[in-house]
Amino acid sequence: MANLKELSKHAERLTGGHRLCAGCGAGAVARQTLIAAGDTPVVVVSATGCLEVSTSVFPYTSWKTPFFHSAFENSAATCSGVEAAYKSLKKQGKIKDEEIRFIAFGGDGGTYDIGLQSLSGAMERGHRMLYVCYNNEAYMNTGIQRSSATPKGASASTSPVGKVIQGKEQPKKDLTAIMVAHNIPYVAQSTIGNWNDYVTKVQKALNTDGPTFINVMTPCRLGWGCKPEDSMEMVRLAVDTCIWPVYEVVDGVYKMTMKPRGGEKKPVTEFFKHQTRFKHLLKPENAELLASIQADVDAKWNKILALCGEK
Amino acid sequence: MVKTMFSKGKIVAKTGNEIMAEAMRQIAPDVVAAYPITPATEIVQIFSQFVADGKVPTEFVAVESEHSAMSATISASVAGARAMTGTSSQGFALMWEMLYIAAGLRLPIVMAEVNRALSAPINIHGDQSDTMGARDAGWIQIYSENSQEAYDNMIQSVRIAEAAKLPAMVTTDGFIISHCMEVAEVYPDADVKEFVGEYKPERALLDYKRPFTLGAIDLQDYYFEHRYQLAQAMRDSKKIILEVADEFKKKFGREYGFYEKYEMDDAEIAIVTIGSAAGTTKAVVDNLRAKGIKAGLIKIRVYRPFPAEEIAKDLSKVKAIAVLDRADSCSATFAPVYLDVVAALYANCGDKAPKAENYIYGLGGREISLEHIEEVYMKLDAVAKGTKKASTQVEYINVRIK
Repeated sequence: MANLKELSKHAERLTGGHRLCAGCGAGAVARQTLIAAGDTPVVVVSATGCLEVSTSVFPYTSWKTPFFHSAFENSAATCSGVEAAYKSLKKQGKIKDEEIRFIAFGGDGGTYDIGLQSLSGAMERGHRMLYVCYNNEAYMNTGIQRSSATPKGASASTSPVGKVIQGKEQPKKDLTAIMVAHNIPYVAQSTIGNWNDYVTKVQKALNTDGPTFINVMTPCRLGWGCKPEDSMEMVRLAVDTCIWPVYEVVDGVYKMTMKPRGGEKKPVTEFFKHQTRFKHLLKPENAELLASIQADVDAKWNKILALCGEK
Repeated sequence: MVKTMFSKGKIVAKTGNEIMAEAMRQIAPDVVAAYPITPATEIVQIFSQFVADGKVPTEFVAVESEHSAMSATISASVAGARAMTGTSSQGFALMWEMLYIAAGLRLPIVMAEVNRALSAPINIHGDQSDTMGARDAGWIQIYSENSQEAYDNMIQSVRIAEAAKLPAMVTTDGFIISHCMEVAEVYPDADVKEFVGEYKPERALLDYKRPFTLGAIDLQDYYFEHRYQLAQAMRDSKKIILEVADEFKKKFGREYGFYEKYEMDDAEIAIVTIGSAAGTTKAVVDNLRAKGIKAGLIKIRVYRPFPAEEIAKDLSKVKAIAVLDRADSCSATFAPVYLDVVAALYANCGDKAPKAENYIYGLGGREISLEHIEEVYMKLDAVAKGTKKASTQVEYINVRIK
């Protein structure tokens, strides 16, 4: 468990002045990741996306760590190149033999879809790096287009609600399971709505000698359609409704790290009713669709409970 | 017969791929990230064996695609490592966006590129359409006629790229040179190491005490200046290329420039071409000269930056030239090298420029023979004498039309 007093001793390595929206979860993800790393030197790379674009508008940067971005689909490959350089230069005595950690950021866009190959390759090669997918469930930076992380029924600009179709027709891809299938030593789902869960997981990942992956649910108030001040509560509701199970997989062993608040699983409507991307699902004519979504969430929740040895 | 030009040089028999891998072994880059593709595959395989045998300190990243190959090579370079890669054709095409990024980020990456035809149709044989397709990317492009040149070009390119702060690609014609066993001179490890020196980047990601951001977004207020700087760097690289060549000659003996002039002093007709076909052309020139025909050849080595003023000067006294392109441009006009040559002639010679014809040959590994080249010269001869008008359309050599 992370300790706030300890964490607050470390210097902030993400400055203000960036262009992220009020209520954006991505900034919190970046900042908390760096806080979790303490004083350990880190090199950060990022895919093209909200986080990267908003924190590095030439000639300014929010990053007090070395930071590099090259393209959209290659954050993992990019991180692996830096890690390879580190190993090589250290081995040859060209740089000091000291700890540096390598972190790659990518949104669900740059990770689930266009970046999947690059991620898979890097994880398979065993580089010591942490990949953080800040998952706000759509291609937000380019205007809220659907990604394979967008939940079934959600309205996105390329899967809008219309007269014939009611939002995204496919369920979201389980990228976390894909990462577990790569047999990497640490995989986790977390939420930026609970700093302790997230920071603890980042620390665990950084202390793991191998490739690690964290899929962190991150709110986007614009894409989700909620007030900026409510965005963090939204991701907490995602946990309360069991839409976003929070767990970790250490060397293939599943463990649940958070359950719904008060031990009470809430219906999905509690998550949907506060976001305009879902409000059509609350209409009577969509009752059947809503019921099928609830059934999906329940089935997946039960499956994860079983995997975690919980009931 | 190949002679040693360097006192400590050794004559070996190596294919283009083998000798490029050998150059890489001696350069001993810190990181190589590469993916296999015919006909460049062997370079990566041979190099992997060097790694497995502990002959190089290189961290070899067996990436899962060429896009990742260039991505990892780029980031390794930004991290502060000397980074190299190699590919061909479709692999090269797959990394296309990253080529522009490598140049835009001003990284001194060196790539061994084995020229192979681009799909569709899929073809694994030699032509220059792949690298010609990236001539606007901001990479230095150095084409090799044979194994010796491939080896020497790889060594020089490390110095050129790092001084110019531009990525550089060194090519050979796929299969024709990459898989052809030739006699060449190689130099001792220590001498190559001394020539390439240490990579000393200005900034490095791993130098975490001096953190910096690279790859920021430029809005309308900065992009144009940054791109101007890139274009200027390409212009400035001409001087660097000649300086490195000069140093190379002083140490190893062989002379290199932007291009090679073969029997050009009093040439009345000339061919301009790139790559292995130049070797064939030299034989034709010798035959024609024996018959009293004043034929010459300019074999371009450095295609990017394009040596416009220099080539225009060397062609200005020639009466008729033919540019032989091993790539087409599908522009409904002319092929890449012809366009650069003619622009140079127009800008520098005006209406005194020689007549210039364009031929496309050898696509997809199609053979070009002594007879084909001689036919080109005989037509040029007629043009020079005024008995034939210079062709105003692109012509094709050895292809079944209709």
